[in-house]
Amino acid sequence: MGFVRQSLTVAAKDLRAEFRTKEALNSSVAFALVILLLFSFAFEPTQEQTREIAGGLLWLAFAFAGALILNRSFARELANDCLDALVAAPLSGAALFLGKALANFVLLVAVELISLPVFGIFYDVNWTRQWGPLLAVVGLGTWGLTVVGTLFSALTVNLRLRELMLPMLVYPVLAPALLAAIQLTSPLVMGQPLNAELMVWLRLLAAFDVIFTALTLALVETVLVR
Amino acid sequence: MRQRILITLSGVAALLLARNLYVMLLQLPDEKEQQAVFRIIFFHVPDAWTAFLLFFAAMLASVLYLATRDLRYDALAVAATEVGLAFGGANLVTGMIWGSNIWGTAWTWDARLTAMLIGCLLYAGYLMLRHAVEEPTERAKNSAVLSIMAFADVPIIFFSIRWWRRMLHPAPVVWGGGSMSPEYWRMLFLNWAPLLLLAAVFLAVRMRQEVEQRELEALRRRAHAL
Amino acid sequence: MNALEATGVWKFYGDFPALREVSFQAPAGGCLALLGRNGAGKTTLLRILAGLSRAGRGQVRILGGDPRERETRARVGVLGHGISLYDELSALENLTLFGRLYGLAEARERALEWLERTGLERVRDARVREFSRGMRQRLGVARVFLHEPAVLLLDEPFTSLDDRASALLQELLRAAIRAGRTVVLSTHQLREALQLATQVALLVRGRLAYTGERSAEMLEDPGWLYRQYGEG
Repeated sequence: MGFVRQSLTVAAKDLRAEFRTKEALNSSVAFALVILLLFSFAFEPTQEQTREIAGGLLWLAFAFAGALILNRSFARELANDCLDALVAAPLSGAALFLGKALANFVLLVAVELISLPVFGIFYDVNWTRQWGPLLAVVGLGTWGLTVVGTLFSALTVNLRLRELMLPMLVYPVLAPALLAAIQLTSPLVMGQPLNAELMVWLRLLAAFDVIFTALTLALVETVLVR
Repeated sequence: MRQRILITLSGVAALLLARNLYVMLLQLPDEKEQQAVFRIIFFHVPDAWTAFLLFFAAMLASVLYLATRDLRYDALAVAATEVGLAFGGANLVTGMIWGSNIWGTAWTWDARLTAMLIGCLLYAGYLMLRHAVEEPTERAKNSAVLSIMAFADVPIIFFSIRWWRRMLHPAPVVWGGGSMSPEYWRMLFLNWAPLLLLAAVFLAVRMRQEVEQRELEALRRRAHAL
Repeated sequence: MNALEATGVWKFYGDFPALREVSFQAPAGGCLALLGRNGAGKTTLLRILAGLSRAGRGQVRILGGDPRERETRARVGVLGHGISLYDELSALENLTLFGRLYGLAEARERALEWLERTGLERVRDARVREFSRGMRQRLGVARVFLHEPAVLLLDEPFTSLDDRASALLQELLRAAIRAGRTVVLSTHQLREALQLATQVALLVRGRLAYTGERSAEMLEDPGWLYRQYGEG
């Protein structure tokens, strides 16, 4: 069975299991909304302030809420020793990883697409003006978060303090990608189009994605086989 | 024999440092634009160079560990990371001392210092992961993967933070890296030498400690098995 | 060609050797019972054979290939302590998933076949979470045999099975051995395992203390081999 088909099989399995219970999804959405709410207490945002903090606010919400989903990714395989069965199957580590990454990506984007309108309402921002570039940025940023987070999910799966370790390891690695995403999202959400300066951030984000996708695919087999 | 070599190296380093301090404080004239405290640069900059070199060594050691599964490379990786963190921390502290002296503020989000801070968080995560995994082979393997990912991120972090600070506001820079008198450049490199020697000594001591710690663990385990 | 071959296998956890210089051959069409106390290294060895772990030193060959190779893994079935089933998926979905991952052409049809063979066709669309223990065990057994593996690796398979599942597994294993497939199972000297076995290996603190044919004495008195090697 081809690489792509195996990845899709794993992705479908993860998504099917998640949509049956919706545990990670629900808690992730709730967490994102709570963050958006709490920040409004901190900032009392007028339009001026929102312009500057929008990107940071959104990506903090996405990153923190996303950790819940990423954690679950390999943790869900621990019950009943399913991870062993997957590693023993004639499935390359890369195919397994890619399948899980795809499922995580879908779930993360779902959380984000729910958070954006809520953000728009809470902060009175019409965020759809540059929706094309905005979705592209959300996609690229989320993919970076996904590949790094999914690998670290595999790395920390057997640890007792998994829920704590995963964010602490992921966020410093992700710092440049988050920075780029934030720099791009603030103006886009406020309706400002991409200019030459911002394109540098877009290229940085894309480069980060390419480098870390390659790196994680190369390293995952090492992580999975003890 | 080994003991003697290490003591000799430390002695040489101490002598060099003493000599340098004498020259620095008593012979070198003040830099034209900067104040007397500028001399801290002779530690601040080589600290960063040394830290970077050590993180690079940690990455190489990690790659070699994964290729050979020889735990001595793992000992080198953790030793290099710890000593690197020490020098990174020294870089941050000297930068902050300088900053508060020159600008009155300890932290000005200077690009280099910020990038070093993120780097230190990255490698602190490496140490946290090591503490969380008990089994030595698993620990070595997983932290090797993390070390490789961390070092791949280092240039990206550096570039992204620099672009961020350049774009935002030309904030006070710790050191523009611009012109400096030749005597100062010479002293900079002359002071790097003893720091490198010290790094080598710390590295050797830490590596030996790691190897012995592991042997102890194995003996304990054997004792329990009997 | 032997179905399984281990040559000079060592496994280290840090500096601690969990397996020391383990060498054995298992010819095709037999059943090897791996005996040993807890901590002797049975699970460690099985995990290396299954491709879940890498040997520190030495070589392992399954059906002539490295256990980590995809072609080899496609012909090996592994049953560990957990039954490796997804609670949120149905019985049919579980088997179809593994069928697909093992490259079966008609995964769904084969899954249905095996659900019938294990008496689970009535609950095929029920989530595994709702199953009783015995039903899960039978489904786990179905999962292992689903892709008709040439080599079966089972870690203490009879320890937690109820009577029905145990009988089912024994019947399937006997049929597999008759058909020329190879079985390796680790066990705590249980009668069922020894009855199936044609070959026996005893691990003592990571070392292979004995390998040889399963004799009548072992069957009559399962503790005999342990006492022979000072394990009490």
